[in-house]
Amino acid sequence: MSLRGKCAIAGLGQTRMGKNFDHPNAMGFAVEAVKLALDDAGLTRDDLDGLLVNPGITWSENQMASFSLQQALGLRNLRLSAMMNLGGATGAAMIMHAVQAIASGMANTVACVFADAPLRPPSPRKNGGGSAAAYGFARGLNAAYGLFGVNAQYAFVARRHMHLYGTTSDHLGAIAVAQRKWANMNPAAQFCDTPMTLDDYHESRWVVEPFHLYDCCLVSNGGLAVIVTSSDRAKDLKKPPVYILGMGQGHPGGDPMDTLVSGAPIAKETAFAMAGVELSDIQLAELYDCYTFTVLVTLEDYGFCPKGEGGPFVADGKTAPGGSLPVNTGGGQLSSFYMWGMTPVAEAVAQVRGEAGTRQVPRHDVCLVSGNGGILSTHSTLVLSTRI
Amino acid sequence: MSEQTSPATAISKPIPSITPDLAEFFAGARRGELMVQKCQGCGVLRFPAHETCANCLDGQAKWVPVSGRGTIYSFNIMHQVYHPGFAGEVPYAVVVVQLDEGVKFISNLVGIKPHDIRCGMPVEVIFEKVSEEITLPKFRPRAGN
Ligand SMILES: [Zn+2]
Repeated sequence: MSLRGKCAIAGLGQTRMGKNFDHPNAMGFAVEAVKLALDDAGLTRDDLDGLLVNPGITWSENQMASFSLQQALGLRNLRLSAMMNLGGATGAAMIMHAVQAIASGMANTVACVFADAPLRPPSPRKNGGGSAAAYGFARGLNAAYGLFGVNAQYAFVARRHMHLYGTTSDHLGAIAVAQRKWANMNPAAQFCDTPMTLDDYHESRWVVEPFHLYDCCLVSNGGLAVIVTSSDRAKDLKKPPVYILGMGQGHPGGDPMDTLVSGAPIAKETAFAMAGVELSDIQLAELYDCYTFTVLVTLEDYGFCPKGEGGPFVADGKTAPGGSLPVNTGGGQLSSFYMWGMTPVAEAVAQVRGEAGTRQVPRHDVCLVSGNGGILSTHSTLVLSTRI
Repeated sequence: MSEQTSPATAISKPIPSITPDLAEFFAGARRGELMVQKCQGCGVLRFPAHETCANCLDGQAKWVPVSGRGTIYSFNIMHQVYHPGFAGEVPYAVVVVQLDEGVKFISNLVGIKPHDIRCGMPVEVIFEKVSEEITLPKFRPRAGN
């Protein structure tokens, strides 16, 4: 049984993004996002019978986040509930599980939700922050050598790509600049009003070489939710259905430094076969972008260019506004907001519907969406379309 | 962070504790030997330590010394201070050494400026005593071949 076109995204709920304190915690943003998504679809809480949640950093310790959110939303008699975490691949993966549940008759209308609130309002400094006890996180060998955080690990992989293939800072910068141009047309983007040139990129501070500040994703408070339902039902709802033509996952395992390949080739194979599309059918791509480098590798891994040629591929601006392959048309997580795998999903919904305002791309019938988690460790692919 | 008089900079670099899985690794380092795990099922070497072998799933391993020679597989240059013990060192490099035996080892490279480090550079292990119990394997450039 093919799931091609069986289901559609019928609602999109997007809160304010970035440095806003509309809610004291992630749960508040999650509730608002679901409410907005239901309004967008013309549905009510009573229509929901499934809830999938990808908690962000600030509520990831809640081991039953979907139940907590069900209670916060006052939902009764759900038929599907799960907390999922594949890192940045989760957004699209939640949609896949929603489709599977709906197509198999387990549920009818499923909300897929991400929310996080890592930013805090300014407050008086607490005492004791400088004590050795405050650095209890720094255990083990890596800390002894000064290796901290994901940025530093991802930097190893990027450096390896530069070494093997000649990828340069100018190449990474071209991705950052292209996405900033898109963000400058996205009123919801944190960098909407801040243009950036390649010189600005090079002058931004180093976080961990080879990554400048503008190679790295933003930090955002906010919530994003989509409503997935059957295509038959979606046709009768408020907004044009965004049909889910194809879906797939790929989780390669092993050391990404050795292969410099994400799970995209595996996920693409499943998703494109289901959708019945080829790469040349893709009119725009919303690609997971925790770093500029991730976009570069993802472009290679879907086959938009051969392995190792992602740098030259992006250098001439073909992914920027006016280019032949629009990529991350809302600014992505580098320049709009960091909602993990839901950032590319949200922009895809806006573009496929034709609701993307001044940044709307003219050809938006077939959109590729990718999610990527860990360090090129988990991958999810969606093919979305205006028609079945 | 950069003020030398700040109380935070009085905190030294983090010293790893000797967990049971790394006891033989640190014992080797104190003797001046770089130790890795060797699977008793298939003979594959591995580091960091794991309970089981991802190649054959065998649970038995012993610690064996390796040459300590290798090449720089990749590296980064850290500019942010995550721990005050490194406040005086930024920017500093963290390197991934691919040992001649095939295992990768994350460490620091001494005797070279961070921006002079290159992938493929030949290196060899040295041992830096940081406490009575803890000696850290680090690396320095060596002449090629
Ligand atoms: Zn083995």
